[in-house]
Amino acid sequence: MSKLKNILFVLIFSIIVLNSSNSAEKSPPFLETKWTFKGLFGKFDRASLQRGYQVYTEVCASCHSMKYLSYRNLAEKGGPEFSEAEAKAIAASFEVTDGPDSTGEMFVRPAKLSDKFVMPYANEQEAKAANGGAYPPDMSVLVKARKGGADYIYSLLLGYSEPPEGVELDDGVYYNKYMYGNKIKMPAPLSDDLIEYTDGTKATAEQMSKDVTNFLMWSAEPHLEQRHKTGFRVIAYLIILTVLVYFTMKKIWSRVESKV
Amino acid sequence: MSDHEYTPSSKFGKWFNDRLPLLTLANHLTDYPTPKNLNYWWTFGGILTFCLITQIVTGLVLAMHYIAHADMAFSSVEHIMRDVNYGWLLRYVHANGASMFFLAVYIHIFRSLFYGSYKSPREIIWILGIIIYLLMMAAAFMGYVLPWGQMSFWGATVITNLFSAIPLVGESITTWLWGGYSVDNPTLTRFFTLHYLIPFLILGLVVLHIWALHVPGNNNPVGIDIKKPSKDTVPFHPYIVIKDAFALLMFCIVFALFVFYQPNILGHADNYIEADPLVTPAHIVPEWYLLPFYAILRSVPDKLMGVVAMLSAILILAALPWLDTSKVRSAVFRPLFRQFYWILVADVLILGYVGAMPAEGLYLLIARVATAYYFAHFLIILPVLGWKEKTTPLPLSITEPVLGGSPNLAAARNDEKIEKTIK
Repeated sequence: MSKLKNILFVLIFSIIVLNSSNSAEKSPPFLETKWTFKGLFGKFDRASLQRGYQVYTEVCASCHSMKYLSYRNLAEKGGPEFSEAEAKAIAASFEVTDGPDSTGEMFVRPAKLSDKFVMPYANEQEAKAANGGAYPPDMSVLVKARKGGADYIYSLLLGYSEPPEGVELDDGVYYNKYMYGNKIKMPAPLSDDLIEYTDGTKATAEQMSKDVTNFLMWSAEPHLEQRHKTGFRVIAYLIILTVLVYFTMKKIWSRVESKV
Repeated sequence: MSDHEYTPSSKFGKWFNDRLPLLTLANHLTDYPTPKNLNYWWTFGGILTFCLITQIVTGLVLAMHYIAHADMAFSSVEHIMRDVNYGWLLRYVHANGASMFFLAVYIHIFRSLFYGSYKSPREIIWILGIIIYLLMMAAAFMGYVLPWGQMSFWGATVITNLFSAIPLVGESITTWLWGGYSVDNPTLTRFFTLHYLIPFLILGLVVLHIWALHVPGNNNPVGIDIKKPSKDTVPFHPYIVIKDAFALLMFCIVFALFVFYQPNILGHADNYIEADPLVTPAHIVPEWYLLPFYAILRSVPDKLMGVVAMLSAILILAALPWLDTSKVRSAVFRPLFRQFYWILVADVLILGYVGAMPAEGLYLLIARVATAYYFAHFLIILPVLGWKEKTTPLPLSITEPVLGGSPNLAAARNDEKIEKTIK
């Protein structure tokens, strides 16, 4: 009887927790795609991350900053894992203002591995002015900052369409069925063959959306692979220890006439 | 406290113990007679101690890297997540640790409610527990503000605004709390200071909580007074220690699953957006463990009365030992109370659910009914139940849950039921 109630309790509790985390707004179910980073041993698809970076830097980066990332991150373990030389070359293709030098002057130099990703706009006001009053959000932790995470971003990138009958759109506003309120100020950013992948992969809109979402997932959770790896070890260790302690407990309690 | 005088065997031990009786204390803790029929719901005391220590230790290290400044807090958290060695682990353990802490404390509280652990002679333990629970909520709320995300900022704004409901001085109190005319840098720095302080206050209260527990000793699933030490008890070490360790490990597995595989599921996505005083999130929702009280707050149309209702919902618990008029502790022997107990559990879960929903239409109606029922449970049902309810006969001791040799069939059937329920 009480066991049944306990189970019921746990059930209700978990339903509530799960429900409260994804209720409130109703949007169509997200597009389905297979993410390699999900699951017990989830890892990033290295090639996809590298392509994703290419999509970011050639498309997204013209409006969206990534202020928490440094060029060195591109060569770090668990990420796109560009070689150090490649990462250095990527960094060197950007210019940063440094200084003051010994004469008190600011100067421009090529970026180094230790520099943060160069931002497209000097400040939020400039970003807004250039984008019809809408601020293109920083993308560093964007995946974690949206309900639905990677699935949401992926769906949003592919969710553009003509507005349904009766929906009036102002100039510079687009229809997207996954966006909150369905109105978005970002025009559809990706279309087939918009860029040419260096590794020869065909750049379909789906492919680019998936690659860049992968990249954004990594940028939001740069230690995801290590987390999964450590997590598996920790849990395996805990389970073994729990079993051992269980038998120890049984042995100790066998001295008294009582059940545990 | 100990039932026998303890003399250390070594000469130095005796010398030291005469000056500071630490060894006597250690001996007391080891020998502490504990009812041998405690079930796993009793392991959450130890689990909670573990949670507190975990929060303090991880929090301490996080504080070494965190910057309590409105312009830098958010990016310092990202710095911890990205560049501090195992910073991601520390932060996820700390953030999920708060949820685990509350999960454990709710089980602990509801265990107490079921087995009547708050009744005489354990009222002080219970009241200390309620104070600890209040401090936990304060600490958790202020901790949630520190990352300075959108939910941090707007959660802080909503909750601190509650004080403005106080007549006459409300506005001034709110301004004083904020250290300005809105939630801003001064608010953040004082919240950080208090967030750092409160866990140590909790630690002190936990010591008192355990001290108060060791005076009458543990309640038990049967809820009867037992002789200590006797064949009804086992020494705390090794029996309870190993059992607590086993339960703690099980708990840690669940904890680890959250930390390593779903570290953000209990949080809110909006908190990964840096605080912006000009943009209000569509729904401002507190963390899950505060939702039932948030539902009560919003179910009352008047702001001041809402705050009063929310506070009363917690403080009413402190009066529980006197509101529950039944002499019998354990719900095992209170068939009617048992029904109402589970209704209360469902009621609190429903409150939690509607607390996460927008306060409108059907949700608001449900919240109002559930709030009314919550108070009715404590103010009407419990006192009346104590007088009216016909409890089933209590056993004489734990080892003999059978009544003093009653041949009566009804009693025997009862015993079967009792045994099942105890399990």
